Amino acid sequence: MKITGCMSDLMQGQRGRVTALMSENNIRRRLQDIGLIKGTTVERLHTSPLGDPVAFLIRGAVIALRSEDMSAVLVESEI
Amino acid sequence: MGLTNKSVGTGAIDNGLIIKKETSSDRVIALVGNPNVGKSTVFNELTGLHQHTGNWPGKTVSTAQGVCNYRGTDYIFVDLPGCYSLLAHSAEEEVARDFICFESPDAAVVVCDATCLERNLNLVLQVLEIIPKTIVCINLSDEAERKGIYINTSKLSELLCTPVIQTSARDGAGLENLLDKLIYISCSDSVHCSPLVKYDPFIEGALEQLIPVVNEVTNGKINSRWLSLRLLDLDDSLEKSLYRFLGFDILDDPQVSKKLTEVQNYFKSNGISERSIKDSIIESIILRAEKIYKSTVSVAKESYNARDIKIDRILTSKLTGFPIMFFMLIAIFWLTITGANYPSQLLNNLFTRLEVFLFNSMSDVGIPLWINDMLIGGVYRVLTWVISVMLPPMAIFFPLFTLLEDLGYLPRVAFNLDKIFKKCNACGKQALTMCMGFGCNAAGVVGCRIIESPRERLIAILTNNFVPCNGRFPTLIAIISMFFIGSGFGIFSSAVSSLFLALIVLLGLIATFLVSKLLSSTILKGIPSSFTLELPPYRKPQLGKVIIRSIFDRTIFVLGRAAAVAAPAGLLIWIISNINVGEISLLSYLANFIDPFAKIFGLDGVILIAFILGIPANEIVLPIIIMAYMSEGNLMQIEDLSMVRQLLLDNGWTWLTALNVMLFSLMHWPCSTTLITIKKESGSWKWTAAAFAIPAICGFLLCFMSTSIFRIFS
Repeated sequence: MKITGCMSDLMQGQRGRVTALMSENNIRRRLQDIGLIKGTTVERLHTSPLGDPVAFLIRGAVIALRSEDMSAVLVESEI
Repeated sequence: MGLTNKSVGTGAIDNGLIIKKETSSDRVIALVGNPNVGKSTVFNELTGLHQHTGNWPGKTVSTAQGVCNYRGTDYIFVDLPGCYSLLAHSAEEEVARDFICFESPDAAVVVCDATCLERNLNLVLQVLEIIPKTIVCINLSDEAERKGIYINTSKLSELLCTPVIQTSARDGAGLENLLDKLIYISCSDSVHCSPLVKYDPFIEGALEQLIPVVNEVTNGKINSRWLSLRLLDLDDSLEKSLYRFLGFDILDDPQVSKKLTEVQNYFKSNGISERSIKDSIIESIILRAEKIYKSTVSVAKESYNARDIKIDRILTSKLTGFPIMFFMLIAIFWLTITGANYPSQLLNNLFTRLEVFLFNSMSDVGIPLWINDMLIGGVYRVLTWVISVMLPPMAIFFPLFTLLEDLGYLPRVAFNLDKIFKKCNACGKQALTMCMGFGCNAAGVVGCRIIESPRERLIAILTNNFVPCNGRFPTLIAIISMFFIGSGFGIFSSAVSSLFLALIVLLGLIATFLVSKLLSSTILKGIPSSFTLELPPYRKPQLGKVIIRSIFDRTIFVLGRAAAVAAPAGLLIWIISNINVGEISLLSYLANFIDPFAKIFGLDGVILIAFILGIPANEIVLPIIIMAYMSEGNLMQIEDLSMVRQLLLDNGWTWLTALNVMLFSLMHWPCSTTLITIKKESGSWKWTAAAFAIPAICGFLLCFMSTSIFRIFS
């Protein structure tokens, strides 16, 4: 079954496919630059000691994102 | 802490980019790439220069250029700041874009990370759209091999219509091949290849309309397909750069504006929003990159980065993340303090003996006593103190820190601390610039360019001085060992000193957070901007290179700068302590004058004067204090720290004075190099003044508090 949520809803080790980018302007561009577009697969890796930011595996690179930016990226994942 | 002659010397701040072509046959080659792909290593290997390298994104913050002569031709390599894309949004990406687009380099080399090729191809495609004469240099191929990543370079080359080579720049492997390809590519006419990226039909349709007009208007000075594409989603910064390059505003051209309006009207009538144009352009590039990647790269095992992820889970976990960070800090200090003790003593003994010898032989040849005294008691003493106290800790601290840097630990520090910075409405990358500050605050300030938002960059610049730089460490260490842990040199006492020092650094960190918070809720109001931080793979540091680089590039350089300041300062202090105003020396006069003020903060006049005279370099503060006290007494020689301690005690120091000197050393005005750098980076005297005043006010406040508390309780 597929469920849709935002990137921050993913569990550690869980993968998701980006369905939409809700962020605007600069951050939208920045996320696109690191390869985050509709259809990209992301995997949640580890969380910083204070719970934010979170590191994701995106197109072979490990990238940390803050919670605000994560919640603007919708993903669908298998459960 | 990208601290090299280049990064903090006079050439530190690029005053625009001027390429020095010696003859017309020289070739200018742009070196581009994502952050942290080993671009600077390629550059260093090719040009023999020592651009500082380290394993974290955003190391190269200003451009460097160097020459490589190969088979009779000079190749001028320009090392551009790392960027993910040419659709610029940060200051450093703008530098890279403007160079590639408007400086017409003869060729470009895009350096890629073999372990993360897919993301890198995004930039490759963008560069190829502008400069067809581009070589794709896949670096770190040894690392990729170990991880079981196989890249079919000949197929990649075929797909990209351009030479692709593999290198492992750390060992110099593949670089000759790169140079051969450069000869080939810069001599041949550019190969015609159909556009690499095919955009969505509505974009391609618009391009068809625009390209002929743009080509005519710009006279072929610039790639018209690229420019037409940019006109569809033009931003201010590119518009400005275009204006500078073309000498006119392209949007004012009647032909261009007519076509552009037509195209935009078409978009509008078909319900195509500005955002979907932007999205469609970038998505086409990424999908193309993905396709190329999938058909040229095979990965033997899915879990090639499993080890890194495991290490990350330990270094950044809730339970162990912070303790490990603190432990690392203490470990570095402990190694530095323990390791530096003995050589410091040795140097001091040597210099003391040499002093006697020099003094005697100069008297023997008949040099007047006052000149002799001025040179030995003034210049020589301050100079040798700076060397014997500064050199050993630096020679240990710098390599240790460089090791951490090469390993890739620093981005994890930023990752761990980001939430606190976010709470202060600042950027987590500030942690990286603070790490640079450990080496030298001026380097830290230049490093702030990695922070995209101008507001957050300013906060990082203004608070960088709260990190004690390498010029202040030895002072702190000396005071800690004199006043807080007795004179023993045992393992235990150096462990206590390290802990003490780590606490001082922690205090600086807290001050950074508080002041950042204060700034972002007052004069630099704003909400935190978005943040993406790459955590690069861990890499095995090259031990030999680390030691050589950090000793020659950093230690000698920093020491040289300190010594250059120490000699004249020694002379000055000798002069003012020997010129009399009435009954007392000018120095005592000045010291007495500000003494009442200094006393409020638990310091004394001499200490405050030393901090003022120490503006050119923090290293000389303690020597000036010692010199000043000595000029008032009859003490001739300092053999070890216990004598310094006695001297300070004789001049009224208590542990409170010592504590206040440490606090004030942690927080007072930045040194002159840092101030000049801040002026250059912020472009404003107002912010430079703020950078001067903020830490000074904090220091005075803190000293006042500690003194008041002490006075209340005693």
